[in-house]
Amino acid sequence: MRRGGFLFIAGFLAAPVALYAVLVIGPYLQAFQIALTNWRGVSAGADFVGLDNFARIFQDDMFWKALRNHGQMLLAVPLITLGMALLFAFLLNVAGRRTKGLRGSGFYRVVFFFPQVLSLAAVGVLFQLVYRPDESGILNRLITGLGLEPVGFLTDPSLALWSIIGVMIWSGVGFYMVLFSAGMAAIPTEIYEAAELDGAGRFRVFFSITVPLLRNTVQVAWVYLGIAVLDGFALVQVLSVNNGGPDGVTSVLGLQVWQHAFGNSTFGYASAMGVVLFFIIMSITVLTMRVTRREPLEY
Amino acid sequence: MHITRRHALGMLGASLLTGCAMTGGDSSAPASKAPAGKVTPDNPFGVADTGSAELAYFKGGSPNYLAESVEPLLQKKFPKVKIQRTTTERMAQTLQPRFVGGNPPDFIDNAGADALNFGALLQDGQVLDLTAFYDAPSIDDPSKKIKDTLLPGSYDSTLVDGVPYTISFVARSFGLWYNANLNLEAPKTWDAFIKLCEELKKSGVTPYGFAGKNAADYQAEAILTSAVKAGGLELARAIDNLEDGAWQAEGVRQAAEAWAEIGARFSDKSFEGLIHTEVQLRQNQGKVVFYPSGDWLESEQQKTTPNDFQYTMTPTPSLTSSDKLPAVAVYALLGSSMFATAKGKNPAAAQEFMRLMVSKAGARAYTEASGWLTTVPGAADGLDLSPGTLASQHALAAAGEANALITWRWNGWYQPLLTEIRDATNALMFGRATAAQFTERMQKKADEVKADPAIKKYKR
Repeated sequence: MRRGGFLFIAGFLAAPVALYAVLVIGPYLQAFQIALTNWRGVSAGADFVGLDNFARIFQDDMFWKALRNHGQMLLAVPLITLGMALLFAFLLNVAGRRTKGLRGSGFYRVVFFFPQVLSLAAVGVLFQLVYRPDESGILNRLITGLGLEPVGFLTDPSLALWSIIGVMIWSGVGFYMVLFSAGMAAIPTEIYEAAELDGAGRFRVFFSITVPLLRNTVQVAWVYLGIAVLDGFALVQVLSVNNGGPDGVTSVLGLQVWQHAFGNSTFGYASAMGVVLFFIIMSITVLTMRVTRREPLEY
Repeated sequence: MHITRRHALGMLGASLLTGCAMTGGDSSAPASKAPAGKVTPDNPFGVADTGSAELAYFKGGSPNYLAESVEPLLQKKFPKVKIQRTTTERMAQTLQPRFVGGNPPDFIDNAGADALNFGALLQDGQVLDLTAFYDAPSIDDPSKKIKDTLLPGSYDSTLVDGVPYTISFVARSFGLWYNANLNLEAPKTWDAFIKLCEELKKSGVTPYGFAGKNAADYQAEAILTSAVKAGGLELARAIDNLEDGAWQAEGVRQAAEAWAEIGARFSDKSFEGLIHTEVQLRQNQGKVVFYPSGDWLESEQQKTTPNDFQYTMTPTPSLTSSDKLPAVAVYALLGSSMFATAKGKNPAAAQEFMRLMVSKAGARAYTEASGWLTTVPGAADGLDLSPGTLASQHALAAAGEANALITWRWNGWYQPLLTEIRDATNALMFGRATAAQFTERMQKKADEVKADPAIKKYKR
C-alpha cells in the first residue's frame, strides 16, 4: 500500500479508536485503579488501600448471595432461552413440508421479536403490572378469578428469582429466534433435501442436521446470554422488592455495585466489586468458548 | 473557527489527560471566589451585591416552594446578584461530578430517593461549617442569635460531632395516618389498637398497611418509635451511638413483637410487593385504615384524596403502661437536609439565603406556599392550614410540651443500617422472621458498622 493511503486509513481509524480509548478503555483502567482505594466518590483524592476491598468482598454475605443467584440464572436462562429459540426458529423455518416452515410463520416471526424492540426498563415496568401481587396484577387477576389466593411473584422468596428469570427468557427468546433463523437460512437446502429423501422425520432433521450445523451460532448466543445474565441490573432494579429483595434472593452483582457506589458512597469497594464481576464474566466467556470449541465445518 | 480533525483529536487527547473520574492529587482548590461585600449588622456574612449565587434544589412532585418563597427575598436584598437556580430529580448523578470537579453549587436542598450521600460529603470536607451562621443575629430580633430563635431542640439536631452543618428549617411529625371522617377513637394503648383493628377487620377493610417494595423504612420508623416510647430517649441515643446491644434492648424487642402481630393479623401480604403510592391510594379508597407516614402524606396524596377523606394523624400507641415516654410522644423530623457547600463560589450568599429562610417572613412565606411547618416558632400562626398539617402541628406541640419529641440520626449516618432494616422489617412484618431474629439481625449489622474502620462514626 502506498504510504499516503496508509495515512488516509489511519486518519479515519484514529477518531473511533480515540473515542473507544477515552470512553471504554479509560474507565476500565480507572475502575482497576479506584478498586485499590477507599474513594468515596466526592473528592479528588483518595487513600491507597491495596487489596483490602477485595478481601472484604469475599467476606460479604450479600456478595455470595448474588453469586448464588447468578449461578441459578446461568443454569436456567441460557438453557431455556436457547432451547425455546431453537425450537421456534426450527418451526418457523423448516418444520413444515419441504423447507418452508409452519403456516403463518412470517407473522409469528414478527410477534416473537416484539420484546426485543422494547427497552429493558420498559419490559420491567410492563412486568410490574403482570406480577403485581394484588388482584390488579394481570396474572393475579386470573389466579384470583379461579378462586385462589393471589401469588406474590416477587415477594415470595422461593419464587422471586424465578419470576425475574421468566422475564429474561421472555425478552430474550425473540432475538435468538431471529439469530438462529438467520443461521438456518445459511444451511444449504440440499442437505435438508437429502435428509428428506433418506426418510428423516422432523425430529431427526432437527437434532441431526439443524442443531449440529448451528453449533457456532448457539455458542455465540450462549456467551451473549451468559453476559446478559451476569448483568441483570435493570430488571432486578425495576422489579424486585427493596432492590434485590426479599432478603437478597434476587440481588445481582451489578445492583450491589450500584448500591455501594451511590447508596453507601463506597466507590472503591464498588469498583473492586466491578473488577471481580469483570473477571467472572471473562472466565465464563473463555470457559464457554473452550468447552464448546470444535473444528469448523466446511460445506 | 472551524474544528478540524487535528483540533478534534487534540481536544480528545486533552480530555484523556484531565477527564479522569478521580485524579491523583487534591486539585480541588476552589475556583475564583465571589468578591466579598462589606460586613454590616444587616449583612453579617458580607454578601457582595454583584456576581452570582447558585442554589440547587431537589425537584420533586410538588412545586419548588422554597425557591419561590425565599429567593425573591434574597433578590430584593441584593438586586444585582445573579441567582442561578438548578433543579434536578437525580441529585447524586447531577451534582456529584460538580463536587469532584471542585465547582459545586453554593446551596443544596438535598432530598429525594437519589440524594447525595451527606455523610460522604461531610467526611470529605465539602460541607460548610455553619457555626458562624447560627451565631449570626436573627433578622427579626438582631439581639438574638439565630440558633436561639428556633424551636427548642432543632439546633441540636443539626450537630455532627458538635458542629452544625445543615439548616434546621423543617419540622415534621411522623405517626399513623387515617381518615378523620371514619370517626375512630384514636387508640392510645396497644390493647385499644388491637381491639380497633379487630373491629375494622370484621367490617371488611384492611386495618393496617405499609408498602414493602420501596417504603419499608416507614414501617421501620414506626417500630423504632414504639421502641423509643417504651425504652425512653436514651434508647434512640444508644442506637445512634452504636452502643453494644442497643438493638437488642427490651424496648426494641417489645416493639418488634407487637408490630409483627399487627403485620401477621391485620395487614395484607400483597403489600410487600407494592410501592408507597399504591398503598396510599388504597387508603384513599377506604380499603386500608392506618398507614405509617410523615406529615407530607396529605400533600403527596392531594390528587387522589376524595372529598370525604380528611387526613389526620395519631402518634403510635403506647406499648405498655410502663412505657418511659407518654402516649403523646411522637417521632419528629426536625432540621433539613439543606446545606451550604464549603467549596462553592459564594458561601456568603448561601448563608444569607438560609438566614432569610429562618426569618419570620421567609418561614411564613414558605409555610403559606407549601403548607409545611418550619422550626421558626409562630411563623405559621394564623395561616390557613390544611387538616393534616394542623394535626401534625398539634402533635408536635403536645409532644414538645411533654419533652417527648423523638429524633434519631442513625438512618442518615449509617446507610448500611438503613438498607438492612428495610429487608429486616419486611421479613418481620410479613411473617418470615421473629422479633428476636429482627433484633439480632439489626444488632449484627450495627456491630459490623461499628467494626468497619472505613465508616466514619458519629456521636450525639
